[in-house]
Amino acid sequence: MRRARVAYAGALHEATPAGDGAIRLADGRVVAEDAVVWLPPFEAGTVIALGLNYADHAKELAFQKQDEPLVFLKGPASLVGHRGETRRPADATFMHYECELAVVIGKPARHVPRARAIEHVAGYTIANDYAVRDYLENWYRPNLRVKSRDGATALGPWLVDADDVEWPPVRALRTLVNGKQTQSGHTRDLVFDIAFLIEYLSAFMTLDTGDVILTGTPEGVVNVDVGDEVVCEIEGLGRLANRIVGDDIFGRGANANARGRGPGE
Amino acid sequence: MLLAPFAVRCDVAPYRLSGTVVAALLNHRDSLAALGDAVLEPPYRGAPKAVALAIKPRHALVAPGGALLVDAAGELAVGASLGVVIARTACAVREADALAHVAGYLVACDATVPHASHYRPQIRAMARDASCALGAAVVARDAVGDAGALAVRTFVDGGLAATSSTAELVRGVARLIAEVSDFMTLAPGDIVLAGSAPDAPRVRAGARIAVEIERIGRLETRVAVAERVAA
Repeated sequence: MRRARVAYAGALHEATPAGDGAIRLADGRVVAEDAVVWLPPFEAGTVIALGLNYADHAKELAFQKQDEPLVFLKGPASLVGHRGETRRPADATFMHYECELAVVIGKPARHVPRARAIEHVAGYTIANDYAVRDYLENWYRPNLRVKSRDGATALGPWLVDADDVEWPPVRALRTLVNGKQTQSGHTRDLVFDIAFLIEYLSAFMTLDTGDVILTGTPEGVVNVDVGDEVVCEIEGLGRLANRIVGDDIFGRGANANARGRGPGE
Repeated sequence: MLLAPFAVRCDVAPYRLSGTVVAALLNHRDSLAALGDAVLEPPYRGAPKAVALAIKPRHALVAPGGALLVDAAGELAVGASLGVVIARTACAVREADALAHVAGYLVACDATVPHASHYRPQIRAMARDASCALGAAVVARDAVGDAGALAVRTFVDGGLAATSSTAELVRGVARLIAEVSDFMTLAPGDIVLAGSAPDAPRVRAGARIAVEIERIGRLETRVAVAERVAA
């Protein structure tokens, strides 16, 4: 089973695939996939993300393998759904996507040994965990200005039930920018696998229903520009599309003062 | 149960907390000085430019009256912090407009496992279950007035263990909201922890902690051993 959350005709709906570019809402309506607004496919709790969790990507960024996972947390405003837009700040020179397998927690997890980790997984989705490298600093790196930006973490389109995916998931993943493949990798190359991560994290922080672990990205990150369409794919899970948009439509950059952001203005 | 955000009394709009808590790090004027020349050396290679932040996961929050949890043989550094409660959606607000987005303030006690390095996010030390205690009530912004020079006192087992002032923050409340909301929209009921002074008191299981912030109130908590119960 795979489920999405979409907005259509004035309400939020759960939706399932209906074949050939269509989705079926829980109330029975079948509508075109581009006639709805796609939201992240589940109500996210704590958003947990991994850095440098593919050996090749770590090498690409000139890091040594970690003794323990590099984990950071993101705020709720960072999330955006399938076919969403992500803002590229005008002063950025290197903003890149990161295609990642996202593991959604289904049952509270505290002190869970790796052999039982699967019991706490509700399912999987695709994440595109953008970073603006210009803002990277060596304090609590990667700092939130790089990694917890509004609308810069796309999730979706579907939450695919754990029952429908082998354990552990062995899936190829790739990213296409404007239709051209720029990144490819495979989840078998995770440095710290999902079972390890659930054991590691649940030893000091309870994982709860709706918490999500973004497991990191393989090599092949390149800069994206305003207007680019970025598609992250994971074998059998779907394709997550996103478009890069500029500061101008947010009233930022040269026009920032003209917009006026004060209360009551 | 995720009661912490709902257990805090909030008699001012938005009348409830969202559960999102973002903490400013190294936001006390002595924080970098405490690191000495290391600030200029690898891995840091210079002082931070943007405000350093950490998200507190939902299970880190401790409802008023609850205990901070520590491993049996472990130690916590208890950082007293002013908590700023957001009243209305704040996205890219100017510093001059920032305070209009503040509902009020509460006392917070952000406990971390002492750690020397600030290079990585350190969530094993900073995102632990029951590590961030929230005060009993949000005090309305109008009732507090200028939050820029409030005395902050930390007591351990009844004795005064640390004193500071919100005047010592590198970024005051308005500046902090402007910088954070530039890239991270703050929602009604979100809490921004303004940050604590370096050398926070170190405590172990059994300690009784009180944090007082002038005109905001007093938070009392204790440190208990985290039991290893699987779930």
